[in-house]
Amino acid sequence: MTGIVDTLTLTAEDALGLVERREVSPTELHATYLEAIAARDDELHCYLRTVDEAEGTSIPIALKDVISTRGVETTAGSRILSGYVPVFDATVAERCKAAGLSLLGKTNTDEFAMGSSTENSGFGPTRNPWDPALVPGGSGGGTAAAVSAGLAPWGLGSDTGGSIKQPSALCGNVGLRPTYGTVSRFGIVAFASSLDQVGPVAKTVRDVALLYRIIAGRDPADSTTVELPAPVELPTDERLDGLRIGVPRQALALEAIAPGVRAVFEAVLERARELGADVGECELPLSFDYGLPCYYLIAPAEASSNLARYDGVRFGRRSAGTTYREMVERTRDEGFGDEPKRRIMLGTYALSAGYYDAYYGQAQRVRTLVVREHAAAFERFDVLATPTSPTVAFPIGDRAADPLAMYACDLLTIPSCLAGLPGLNVPCGFSDDLPVGLQLIGPQFGENTLFRAGHALERALALDLVPGRLRG
Amino acid sequence: MTWEPVIGLEIHVQLKTRTKMFCRCPVGFGARENTQTCPVCLGFPGALPVPNRTAIEWVVKLGLALGCEVASRAVFARKNYFYPDLPKGYQISQYDLPSCINGKVIVPLPDGEHEVGIVRAHLEEDAAKNVHVGGRTGRIGGADYTLVDYNRGGTPLVEIVTAPDIHSAEEAKRFLQLLRQTIVELGVSDAEMEKGTLRVDANVSVRPDGSDELRTRCEIKNMNSFTHIARGIDAEIDRQIAVWESGGEVEQHTYDFDVATGTLTSRRAKEEADDYRYFPEPDLVPVEPPADLVERLRAELPELPAERIRRVGTALDHERALVLVTGGLDGLWEATVAQGAEPVAASNVVANQLVGAGVDSAAVDPAELAKLVAARDRIPRKAFDEAIAMVGDPGFSAAPYLELETVSDAAALEPIVDAILAANPAQVEQYRGGKDGLLGFFVGQVMKETRGQADARAVNELVRAKLEA
Repeated sequence: MTGIVDTLTLTAEDALGLVERREVSPTELHATYLEAIAARDDELHCYLRTVDEAEGTSIPIALKDVISTRGVETTAGSRILSGYVPVFDATVAERCKAAGLSLLGKTNTDEFAMGSSTENSGFGPTRNPWDPALVPGGSGGGTAAAVSAGLAPWGLGSDTGGSIKQPSALCGNVGLRPTYGTVSRFGIVAFASSLDQVGPVAKTVRDVALLYRIIAGRDPADSTTVELPAPVELPTDERLDGLRIGVPRQALALEAIAPGVRAVFEAVLERARELGADVGECELPLSFDYGLPCYYLIAPAEASSNLARYDGVRFGRRSAGTTYREMVERTRDEGFGDEPKRRIMLGTYALSAGYYDAYYGQAQRVRTLVVREHAAAFERFDVLATPTSPTVAFPIGDRAADPLAMYACDLLTIPSCLAGLPGLNVPCGFSDDLPVGLQLIGPQFGENTLFRAGHALERALALDLVPGRLRG
Repeated sequence: MTWEPVIGLEIHVQLKTRTKMFCRCPVGFGARENTQTCPVCLGFPGALPVPNRTAIEWVVKLGLALGCEVASRAVFARKNYFYPDLPKGYQISQYDLPSCINGKVIVPLPDGEHEVGIVRAHLEEDAAKNVHVGGRTGRIGGADYTLVDYNRGGTPLVEIVTAPDIHSAEEAKRFLQLLRQTIVELGVSDAEMEKGTLRVDANVSVRPDGSDELRTRCEIKNMNSFTHIARGIDAEIDRQIAVWESGGEVEQHTYDFDVATGTLTSRRAKEEADDYRYFPEPDLVPVEPPADLVERLRAELPELPAERIRRVGTALDHERALVLVTGGLDGLWEATVAQGAEPVAASNVVANQLVGAGVDSAAVDPAELAKLVAARDRIPRKAFDEAIAMVGDPGFSAAPYLELETVSDAAALEPIVDAILAANPAQVEQYRGGKDGLLGFFVGQVMKETRGQADARAVNELVRAKLEA
C-alpha cells in the first residue's frame, strides 16, 4: 500500500494526533482507509457500503449498519430494509459528526444483529482477517473485522447479548459494551430494546475510552438514558495494585470452554496478580445456569414486537400482494431471513396469552435475580473476569445449521448483559494462532475501572494484534 | 319476566395537548394529510418514544376528577397487532399498571343519585386514520385500496373504563353528559363526538330483575352522539331480551350502530383472535408522578360538575340542575340569581331561551339578564325575545325593553279586535259554524296588528268573547 500511514497499526489516538498536528488531513486519512478497503474488503466483506466523501474535521469512523445515518442507506443487514435511507441520524451518529468524525461506511452485521458469526447477514458473511475461512464473530463482525484489518481506525457496534465483545475477541481488538442507559439507542434499529446498547470497538483501550467519551451521556430522545455519574477518564496506570478481580466459579466450570482458551485465561490471571491485583473466586450460579435461556425468552419477545413495523407499508422492501394481508405476509416472508423468523416465532409464543407468565414473566423474574447476584459479587470485587468467548474463531458454516450451538457462543457474555452491566473485551493471548479475548465485567457505571484494568493488562501483555497474513 | 340491563362504557378522550403523546408533532385537525408526522409517529426504525409531560399531568387531573386513586407507579405496555393505522405494529398503552384506578362518579337521576364506578383511566396513543376506498363493506377486507393519514397517529388518548354499573340507556346518556362536561371544564379535551375527540363503546347485557349474575355481553361501537348511544343501547337491550325470551342464547359479538337506520349491524368477526401479547414497553421508564405534583393537581381542581349539580339541585331540582351544569350554564344561572332573579325563572330563561337564541352565555351580563327575567311576564313576549337575542352583545342594556308594557287593557284592544273580525267575515262564519281552530288565526292577526305588544292571554279571552257573543 502506498498510503501515508499504515492503517494496520495506526491507533485512533495516533491518527487524531496526526490530524491535530496537520501532518495528515482528514480527507487524506479518509482516502487512505478507502484505499485499504478497496484492497482488502472484496475478500473480507466488512462493509455493506462506503462513503467516498470525507465529511468531517477529524478522523474517520465505521458504523455498524444498525445505526441510522441520514442520507446513507441503513439496512441492519436485512433485505427487508433494502433501499431504506434514513431521514435522520441516530444520536450516536450525530455525536460522532459533532466530534468531527467522518463516516467511512456502514459495516456488516447479522440480520437485525441476531447472530454470533455475521453469517446471518442478508448480504453475505464477513470473514475473519486472521483467516478468511473463519467467522469474525457476530453480530458486529463487520466493525470488528474492519478494525483488525486496518479498514477503520475505530467503529461503533451494538451489543444485545455479546455482539460487540464476542467479535472483538474473535478478531483480536478491544470492544466495550457500556452500562445500559449510558449511550443513546435513538436511531439504532432495535433488536431487543431492554438489552441493546451501542459501544466502541478499537485497537486499544484508550481508543475505546476516547470514543466512549464522544458517544456517552443522556439523550432527551431516549427516555432510558442517564447522565454519566463521572467523566470518562483516559487510563494511564500500568499497575493493578489493589484491584480485586473476581472469577465466577460457574463460568470456569463450563465444559464448553476450549482448553486453549482456558490456558490463556489462566495465564492472564497470573499476569494480573503480578501486576498487583487480588484475584479470587466468586459465585454466580443462577446467572450461568439460567442466563442463556432467560436471554432467549426476553430478547426474542422484544424482537417479535420490534420487528412488527417491517410491513412494507412505509419504507424498505414491499412485496406484491392483492390484499393488505397478503402484501404484509409476503413482504415479511421474503424480506426476513431464517434467524429473525425463528426469533419472531419464539418471541410471539413467549408473549402469548397463557404462556406469558411461564415464559416472559418468569424470565423477567430470573433477570432480577441475575441483577442481584451480580450486585452481591461487586460488594467483594471491583471487576469480574472470564474468557469472552468459549472458543476462538470457528470455520464459516460450522454452526450455521445448528442454532443452539450458535447461541452457546454467548454463554459467557450474556449474564452481564442481562444485568445491564458494562463489559470490556481485551485481547489476552493466542490459541491455535488465533486471538483469545478476556472479558472484564464492571459494576454499573464502572467503565473507568474497566479502562484502567484493561489498559494495564494491554500494556503488560504487549501483544502483536496485526493479523500476520495481512502484513505487506 | 322483567329484565335489568347491565351496561359498562369504554370511553376514549383525545387530549388537546399541543404535541403528540410520544413525539413533538403538533396535534390538530384540518392539516393536510401526513404533514404532522415524524420518524417517531411513523414508526421508523430506531425512533424512540418520549412521553408528553402535559398528557401525563392531564390523565392524573382527569383521574382525580373521577375520584380515582393515582398510581404512584404506572407502566406503559405494548399492545401488539397488525393494522396499517398502527405503524409500529403495536400501540403504546397502559395495561396492568394504569395511571388511575378505582374511581366513581355520582350521576343524578330522577329517582335520586346513582354511583358509577370507574375501573381505570389510562393513557395511550391514538392510531392513525384509515380511509378504505371502494368496496361495499367500509372495511379493509372489501376495499379497493386503503389510504392512511398518520396525522392523528400518536395523539394522546385517555381511555376510561366504567364498571358495569349502568342500568339504562338514559343513565348512560346522563353519565356521559356529566363526564363530558367534567372533561371540558378541566380543559384537557374538546370532547366532541362529531370530531371523534370523544368516542364511546358500550358493553351491554341483560339479566332477570333481581339477579346479580352477569350474562354474555355484546359491544356496540361507532355511535357518534349521546342520542345515538342511547338508541343503540336500547336497541341492543330489546334484541337481547327477545333472544332470551325466545329460548335462545346471547352470543358475544360486536355491533356497529347504523346512524341512518337506527339499527345494529353485525361487525365482521375479527381477523385474528384477541391476543395482544402485552408486555411492558422497554423503551420507556415507569411513570412515577411525585406525590407533591398529585397534591398540587388535586388542589387545583375546580368545583366539579357532579358537586355543582348537587348544590344547584337544592335550589332547583335535579333535572334542572343537570341541564344547567352539563350545559355549562350554571355559572350564569348562579350569577343571575345573585342579582335577584327568581331561581326557577332564571333557570328556564338560561337553559331554554338563551340556548335557543344561540347566545354565548359567557358574554352575558348577569345583572341585565336578571332584570329581563324579572320583567318576563310583564313586558311583551316579542320584546322579551328580542332582548334575549341581544343580551350577549357588548354593552347590552335591558332598560329600553323594561319600559315596554304589554297591552292587556280591554279598552285599548277592543277596537283592534273589532276591526279584525270585521275584515274577516268568512272566517267568523266558519268559526261560528264549529271550526274552533280558527281562534288562533284571529289572535295572531291581533298580535300582528299590535306588533306583539298585546297580552296574548287577554287577546284570547276578548276574541273568544266577541265571537261567541
